Amino acid sequence: MPVYNQIPVMFHGAIGNIGHLFVITSFVAALIAAFCYWTASKENVVETKKQWLFNGRVGFIVHSISVLGIILVLFTIIYSHYFEYHYAYAHSSRHLPGQYMIACFWEGQEGSFLLWMFWQALLGIVFLTKRDKWEAPMITILALIQAFLASMILGIVIPGLNIKIGSSPFILLRDAMTDPIFQLQPLFIPKDGNGLNPLLQNYWMVIHPPVLFLGFALTSIPFSYCVSGLWKKQYSEWIKPAFPWTILGVAILGLGIIMGGYWAYETLSFGGYWNWDPVENAVYIPWIILIASLHTMMTYEASKQGLKFTIILVLAVFILILYSTFLTRSGILGESSVHSFTDLGLSGQLLIYLLFFIAISVFLVLFRWKNIPTTSKELTTYNKEFWVFLGATVLCLTGFQVFIETSKPVYNSIIRLFGAESNLAPPIDAVAYYSGFQLWFAVSIALLSGISQLLWWEKSEKNLQRKKITATTLISLIVFALIILIANVNTPIYMVLLFSGIFTIVSNLFLLYNLLKIKPNLSGGSISHIGIGLMIIGILFSAGYSKVVSLNNTGMLYNSDMGTEFNRDNLLLFVNETRTMDGFDIEFLGEFVEARNKRGYIKKTALQYTSDPYKVIAKKDILFGGKMLYNSKDTFEIYPENTFYKIQLSKNGKISATLFPRIQTNSRMGGILASPDITHTLTRDLYTHVSAPMPADVEPSWSKTEEIRVSIGKPFFVNDYVAVLEKVVPVDVSEIPGLNKQNGDMAVKVVIKVEGENDIYYAEPIFLIRNKNEIGQISSEIGELGSKLTLLNIHPETDEFTLGLNSRQKNWVIIKAIEKPFINVLWIGTIILTIGLVMATYRRFYNERSVSD
Amino acid sequence: MKKGQIISLIGIFVAIVIIVYTSSDSSYYVTFDQAVQMSMVGSSPKVHVVGELKRNENNEIIGIEKSPDYMSFSFLLVDENIREQRVHYDSPMPTDFMRSEKIVVIGAFHQGRFIADKILLKCPSKYTDKKLNAGI
Repeated sequence: MPVYNQIPVMFHGAIGNIGHLFVITSFVAALIAAFCYWTASKENVVETKKQWLFNGRVGFIVHSISVLGIILVLFTIIYSHYFEYHYAYAHSSRHLPGQYMIACFWEGQEGSFLLWMFWQALLGIVFLTKRDKWEAPMITILALIQAFLASMILGIVIPGLNIKIGSSPFILLRDAMTDPIFQLQPLFIPKDGNGLNPLLQNYWMVIHPPVLFLGFALTSIPFSYCVSGLWKKQYSEWIKPAFPWTILGVAILGLGIIMGGYWAYETLSFGGYWNWDPVENAVYIPWIILIASLHTMMTYEASKQGLKFTIILVLAVFILILYSTFLTRSGILGESSVHSFTDLGLSGQLLIYLLFFIAISVFLVLFRWKNIPTTSKELTTYNKEFWVFLGATVLCLTGFQVFIETSKPVYNSIIRLFGAESNLAPPIDAVAYYSGFQLWFAVSIALLSGISQLLWWEKSEKNLQRKKITATTLISLIVFALIILIANVNTPIYMVLLFSGIFTIVSNLFLLYNLLKIKPNLSGGSISHIGIGLMIIGILFSAGYSKVVSLNNTGMLYNSDMGTEFNRDNLLLFVNETRTMDGFDIEFLGEFVEARNKRGYIKKTALQYTSDPYKVIAKKDILFGGKMLYNSKDTFEIYPENTFYKIQLSKNGKISATLFPRIQTNSRMGGILASPDITHTLTRDLYTHVSAPMPADVEPSWSKTEEIRVSIGKPFFVNDYVAVLEKVVPVDVSEIPGLNKQNGDMAVKVVIKVEGENDIYYAEPIFLIRNKNEIGQISSEIGELGSKLTLLNIHPETDEFTLGLNSRQKNWVIIKAIEKPFINVLWIGTIILTIGLVMATYRRFYNERSVSD
Repeated sequence: MKKGQIISLIGIFVAIVIIVYTSSDSSYYVTFDQAVQMSMVGSSPKVHVVGELKRNENNEIIGIEKSPDYMSFSFLLVDENIREQRVHYDSPMPTDFMRSEKIVVIGAFHQGRFIADKILLKCPSKYTDKKLNAGI
């Protein structure tokens, strides 16, 4: 008979083999698809061509199904907590909230490669069903890209050569680790996993990566079109069908980048959304070049100029995406980035991937260069193309500057390869360094986009154009003057940037007004440019005029060891004591936790902890926002890793905002982690994070013990607060945290109610008798009142109790608060940009379809 | 000359300016000895120093001093020339600090004390962490 009182732990070996089989199938099928489509594209006999096309389609569909299979298997392993697999063990744990299981999937490199493959397979299917002349050459390229991606997760060792290709997500824990336990028990399965990095336990980490990788995948579409065009000598025909995908790519990649920035803003406490970290730069560069290519493609469509420039830009975008993949995943950035990378030893493979597509591009361009048609049309100053090309050139330089600086670790590696010494380091103050350049590029881009938009839609009549530009400039100057008066912008470069942002908005509003009257479906471009103008102004105010508001007004130094900055920018708050900050009354109202199954914050003082850190008992009824969460004595689960510090801001007695900045303690990840809470108002964000919590592992200094005798129901004073001993309750010793029950242990606790300023607290000191004569006392602390109560003795003869009282400094927290003015303008600008781009994409797709019909 | 060529020339010119500026304004990874020398000569520039945490013969990290309130800490960093230096940092200890195999500090000497403005960590990946550390 099987024993049911123990959960049977089964070793799931088969599922990983199925997953690995899918990986191998996806790799092989991608290669077969590439080969069949390649043969098909060269074949001229209709029947044979059809046959090869059919084979190619089958190959690509098998590949796509396998990719889906890998994803489903890997997700099953994570979701079912099969910790015998390294991926589940390394990235997940039993206590991880369900929605973050998705984030586990792409915490590892293998999962993020899979995400990229998934989108690209889906896009491939779109082209497969179109069945036009581009299908064969395009999917040849796409399938090759997919084969390279699949090789990254192949996890196969070439026999004889001892070369490992790829890192499989289905590797067993016992193969990944050398822990001796696996020699004793090969079927050993750990009870719990390592857990997800607390930084990634955020809903933006659930949506940001899919959007970003869709952006990555979209850049391969214009690339494949362009390569096909060069290959099949259709030098310019590819631009029209590639165009809508390029616009969509700009929208999605841009959205992905901004979402990443928003995640950083909400989760990391560096005080902003953009840090010019190499990892951020690596995707910023291809996005900027993608925008440049979008503009030259448009110019080519309109006036057949700049084909060579367009081809180079389109090829460069995808190569830059591969370069960014190489930078962020090969470990080469190691010393220069705050992000820590898991180097899977794929750097060689990644380099081959990059070089392969560089070689294809360079080879095709050189081979076909002479045959690429050019025009002899002259660009003139009043020619709209002139301004767009100038804009595209500035965009290229914008990307180039970041590229040159971010690539420093690559120069070091190359120079060291030749035996020389190179120790180039990234800039000391990256934000100041990059902003110094990028500010001027932003000014140029804003002004050029304003001017070229005015000229674009106008038949070139010089006088009318001059008039329009003058009128736009005048209106912009008026708006500029008004904003300067209100917002007090006085740094010269910021004034220039502000004006250029306004100029592009005004000129595009002009255009939008005219377009709405005649061709409203063409307005996507002008709407996008308004978005860009708003983003520039939003960045200018939120970054340029970001201000620390938590200035230390106590005149006291927290720690003389530390620099002046820390002491100036941070505010020390004792619990329930009001301070002033930036015109607000600010108060720290205690430490809170979150329940596992209910929304809302629960005060730590209302909880009785048990021997299981995830399980607590309510000491009293728990309310949140007027709603009853738990009744007294309810047992429920919490997330013990997170502590929320309730910070309340009020003005004239009225509550303006309640903030819950968070501290995560994660011993496995090592140390503590602060995440901010942000109050959003129309004109500014107030960004608050804990810069130092009260240390948990240092015993505070208590006053000398004061002994008092009390009896049930009679009030007494604890640290000047009224208290009363309510009752005596027997305690089950096995329920006391940190105590091993022994035979004959007996324990009681007294429940003491203390009335504080804002809250009622319960202290429950325990009195323990072991072996009939050994006495133990477990004190109970009320940190918010700075009090500790100990049950020193019980006097059954008089029904009295002796209590020991100690006092200390009340609980405290040190916070930093930063004001981000008009940050909403940036987010609104992003949304408007995306709307404009999606409108333009839709119109182009619609156009393409109506033409082909 | 055509306008198109003018654009290209301007582009190339600005690109060269960027390259020249980037190469002339570079910062370098240095050792503590070099950093001391640099601080002797006039103002103390900020530098990057790469090193490892000081360990005793049992491979335990030693020399970490936390301020009583957790708000700052200092540690011993051993640079490539095996020179040991106490580094002061004005913020709570970063996550993963104790697990790091390599540390880059960005900072400068102030009156003989090395104050770091920024700490970058290079951590061993979980993949090279060969010991089980949870759920046993």
